[in-house]
Amino acid sequence: MAAAHAETQHHTTTGIDNRKLLMWIFLASECLFFGSLISTYLIFRGDSIVGPLPADLLDIPLTSTSTFVLLMSSLTMVLAVFGAQHNRLGLMKGMLLATIVLGLVFLGFQVYEFRHFAHLGLNLGTNQFGASFYLLTGIHGTHVGVGVLYLASLLVASARRNGLGKEAALHVDIAGLYWHFVDIVWIVIFTLIYLIP
Amino acid sequence: MGRSGPGRIIAIVFSGAVVGVLSYLLYLAFADSANTPQSTWMPMSDNTDNIHAVYQVVFYLAAAVFILILFLTLLFTLMFREREGAVAQQFHGNSKLEVLLVGVPVLIVVAMMVPSFKAIAQNTADPPKGALEVVAIGHQWWFEFQYPEFGITTANELHVPAGRAVSVTLKSNDVIHSFWVPQLVGKVDMVPGHTNHLWFTPDTARDEAYLAQCAEFCGASHANMRFRVFVDTEAKFSDWTKATAADAAKPASELAKAGEQQFTASGCIGCHTVKGNPLAQGKAGPNLTHIGSRTTIASGILPNSAEPMHKWLANPPAVKPGSKMPNLALTEEQIQKLTAYLESLK
Amino acid sequence: MATAVGTVGHTHEESTVWKWLTTVDHKKIGVLYLVTGFAFFLIGGIEAVLIRTQLAVPNGTVLDAGLYNQLFTMHALTMIFLAIMPMGAAFFNYFIPLHIGARDVAFPRLNALSYWVLLSGGLILTSSFLFGEAPDGGWFAYAPLTDETFSPNKGLDFYTVGLVVAGLASLMSSLNFAVTIINMRAPGMTMMRLPVYMWMTFVVAFLLILSLPVITVALLQLYFDRNFGTHFFTPGTGGDPILWQHLFWVFGHPEVYVLILPSMGIVSEVLPVMSRKPLFGYTAIVMAGAAIGVLGFGVWSHHMYTTGLGTVPQYVFSASTMAIGVPTGVKVFNWLGTMYGGNIRMTTATYYSIGFIALFTIGGISGVMHASPPVDGQHQDSYFIVAHIHYVLFGGAIMGIFSGLFYWFPKMTGRLLDETWGKIGFWFLFVGMNLTFFPMHFLGLAGMPRRIYTYDADLGWDTWNFVATIGVYILVVGILLFMLNVFMTLRKPATAGDDPWGGATLEWATSSPPPEHNFDVVPVVRDRDPLWYNRDHNIPMPERPAHLHIHMPPPSYFPLVLGIGILLIGVGALSSLAITALGVVVAYYAVWGWALEPTE
Repeated sequence: MAAAHAETQHHTTTGIDNRKLLMWIFLASECLFFGSLISTYLIFRGDSIVGPLPADLLDIPLTSTSTFVLLMSSLTMVLAVFGAQHNRLGLMKGMLLATIVLGLVFLGFQVYEFRHFAHLGLNLGTNQFGASFYLLTGIHGTHVGVGVLYLASLLVASARRNGLGKEAALHVDIAGLYWHFVDIVWIVIFTLIYLIP
Repeated sequence: MGRSGPGRIIAIVFSGAVVGVLSYLLYLAFADSANTPQSTWMPMSDNTDNIHAVYQVVFYLAAAVFILILFLTLLFTLMFREREGAVAQQFHGNSKLEVLLVGVPVLIVVAMMVPSFKAIAQNTADPPKGALEVVAIGHQWWFEFQYPEFGITTANELHVPAGRAVSVTLKSNDVIHSFWVPQLVGKVDMVPGHTNHLWFTPDTARDEAYLAQCAEFCGASHANMRFRVFVDTEAKFSDWTKATAADAAKPASELAKAGEQQFTASGCIGCHTVKGNPLAQGKAGPNLTHIGSRTTIASGILPNSAEPMHKWLANPPAVKPGSKMPNLALTEEQIQKLTAYLESLK
Repeated sequence: MATAVGTVGHTHEESTVWKWLTTVDHKKIGVLYLVTGFAFFLIGGIEAVLIRTQLAVPNGTVLDAGLYNQLFTMHALTMIFLAIMPMGAAFFNYFIPLHIGARDVAFPRLNALSYWVLLSGGLILTSSFLFGEAPDGGWFAYAPLTDETFSPNKGLDFYTVGLVVAGLASLMSSLNFAVTIINMRAPGMTMMRLPVYMWMTFVVAFLLILSLPVITVALLQLYFDRNFGTHFFTPGTGGDPILWQHLFWVFGHPEVYVLILPSMGIVSEVLPVMSRKPLFGYTAIVMAGAAIGVLGFGVWSHHMYTTGLGTVPQYVFSASTMAIGVPTGVKVFNWLGTMYGGNIRMTTATYYSIGFIALFTIGGISGVMHASPPVDGQHQDSYFIVAHIHYVLFGGAIMGIFSGLFYWFPKMTGRLLDETWGKIGFWFLFVGMNLTFFPMHFLGLAGMPRRIYTYDADLGWDTWNFVATIGVYILVVGILLFMLNVFMTLRKPATAGDDPWGGATLEWATSSPPPEHNFDVVPVVRDRDPLWYNRDHNIPMPERPAHLHIHMPPPSYFPLVLGIGILLIGVGALSSLAITALGVVVAYYAVWGWALEPTE
């Protein structure tokens, strides 16, 4: 997907590549998007009339583990960008793969958590906690999923002759911006939902 | 008309005359509109007096800006329109003038802000002690009024005494409505799940009702959700509370008695309360205990007399689209009975 | 006429329709936006005429309550999201690259995609009429009236899905425009040499980028409330209808500036050119525009004074709202300063720009009036507000757009619109507009609430309502005259020349209409008014090189396919999961094709 905008690779006014600038501005928009979702969650904190409540469900050790997994994926992403920028394509591919796997593990944790909560009686319509929790974490999970697809297409493209080519570093760099952003959002979510009771 | 000499004077006089005449005509139209039954420019309580004090400042300042800008726009258009041999002066701005021109709107805004803040403080303050407590509840599409002090529940016609503060607690039973009596109190919304408050002290008693209507879009019959406020003398208000707190009058005529039975048979009792009629305890619709004493029916859109009542009972959704009161497919005879009964509930 | 290398070759045998469907040329896309926006403007206009016809006399019988509520809701949605915004985007598309001296926007295919997605959103919203279930909860869709209990039909689902799709389009185009203005400027085009129109575009892009995500969240939550049993906005189960209002207006107020700032930019271009002198106070106008944009995010609760905000929020939001009056006032003074001392060519574009100043001022000052919460207690939801918004959006935004149409029509088509008929049309629009909307001030003062489909004869509202209805028919004549003017002009030969107005900005340095690559030689900018600087310093136009080697991106059908995929996802959200799944497949195919498509 990132290979899309090769038509504008040449000169720019600021010297920053158009595609990278686009990603930065897009992430500014995403800040407001997650900001609204997180605000909704905080506004409805304590407004659930019936259970189950966060204290009945949230399993901090479990989610700490998945948070750790996602944090590690940021590390592997950094290494992938490093590999791409220093023309060490083997490192880049390996680290992209590692990031994808870690992302999938995180999603696995989330699927387990959702199923577990549903089993304990928390559905979208159960109470305000259910509605705002599932919407917020579900949309975050969707972002992780899109990120996994994004990185996977880069990985596939890097295997093709004309896929990434000399612009590999730029594409991986931009994907890295997105991936780190999604990780940071999760840190905020984890802190606000799980750690602050 | 030109940019110097007598031409400029002509341009100034002409622009001034056009804008002056226009402003005067608009002023006449505003003044005329201020003198209508539901006018917002006719304060009759402390609440609307407070509003009006700001409104006047704001209105005349706005009018001054309107006149100034319109005048300058017209004048510059006339003075600097294209002509043979004229040359445009090339300048990019004027720092001193620009700073000055920032100052003008700042002054105007401050002049509007100060009285606004004062009125906000006055109108959102706690009501005075000894205020008459009223609970107003919005329904799709009618207003319920409760007087906890007197045990009264009525609908669409609010009675209050002159000279005493009225403290209204605002609630909603379904969607958002808004309580607004232009001459007595600025609007405050009735929001489901929230409780809002307002208060006002009507100036003087008068026979004619103050007109009001719902001011927040609330569905199909938003337009048909009106109510009236009667400001009575202390004595008249006291009589009204006694009469309204009492049980409904027993139907006297044969027709009205038959109507009372029809009221049960047609299921009206499911939604309407008639105090004194043990069967009629419904809460979904307006309390009809003293419907015969009200001046209007169907949330203030029809006068209360036999013919409109007939029209209403025959097919409520035709009168008030979306009405929660269904068409009961009543026969002519049933309608007449019911009308007689309802008119007897004085 | 120069033909860019790389654009020939594969376009020979293709039909005109196919060319338009696969174009990635910002100028063609601009024209698509303009035609689409104008078509929706006509639809919204028909809705308005029906509304006014119903209200011409007391107890009108033209429409019933249900249809009336659908029409006033759709009138607002159509005009705001499908007419004014796309017509604004049309000029953005067409003139951003021309103004900053670029060959295209930063992402030509993303630009095409934005258009197709906007069209999808418009089709979803408008198709609701075919099912007799158009949204009927007002464009603000206040909960809980809009939840499934009180609005059980599909209308509000068309609303949520349609707006999310249209919002996606606006987000994509805003990102594209922001990057283009930051990164694609010609040599010498510093930020403080940008035409004011570009500055306003830039502010609008950021307003949308930062406000659209908020409404998207609100719309998602409303969709979940209606379809998946959540209770974000439903009272009684812990939800809060006021939350919707906050989320809606955090978007909704910046949206007002999204609608008006482009027209402020157009007027700031037209007036200096027609007055034949530089804009008065460029820096002040730019700063004022930016200030309006920033302050615009801090005033949303002035739409909620009557919801029981409490004392302190009323102080805060009335102060911030009135503060916006200051930069707005600065702008008006600077436009007048631009006229002062000029030798103003009285073209139709000038008429509309001067009309803009007068009418927008009226809307602006009435806006400052109800920035005062006590006054708002009388104005809120009355016809005074209807008058206010129409002076801002018709007297402001639409007047500005018409000024732009007359000003830029020769650049876009090579033909000047007929001035005589243009001016006659202006007077119909101007008089009709004022007859329609000024009386609404009187009606508001007389206590007439808005959004009522009927009113009684005993309230003193009949005269001015009747006048307003007459006004709307006069307005319609003005619109028809404009359409006739366009139609007749397009049949004439293209004789306007490159620069009929003696313009100051770069678009006038190329042919009319411009070639696909815009400029044979990328212009060098030496001043805020580059062409006037070159004229005054006898700097000749650069020679056209004998051989042009300009790569323009080739046409692509993947934006269209991706747009169809998104349309299917939207339709699926209204009907069945199967269609959504199909849409996802189509979109996925398009993204892959897009990514692998050669663009050299």
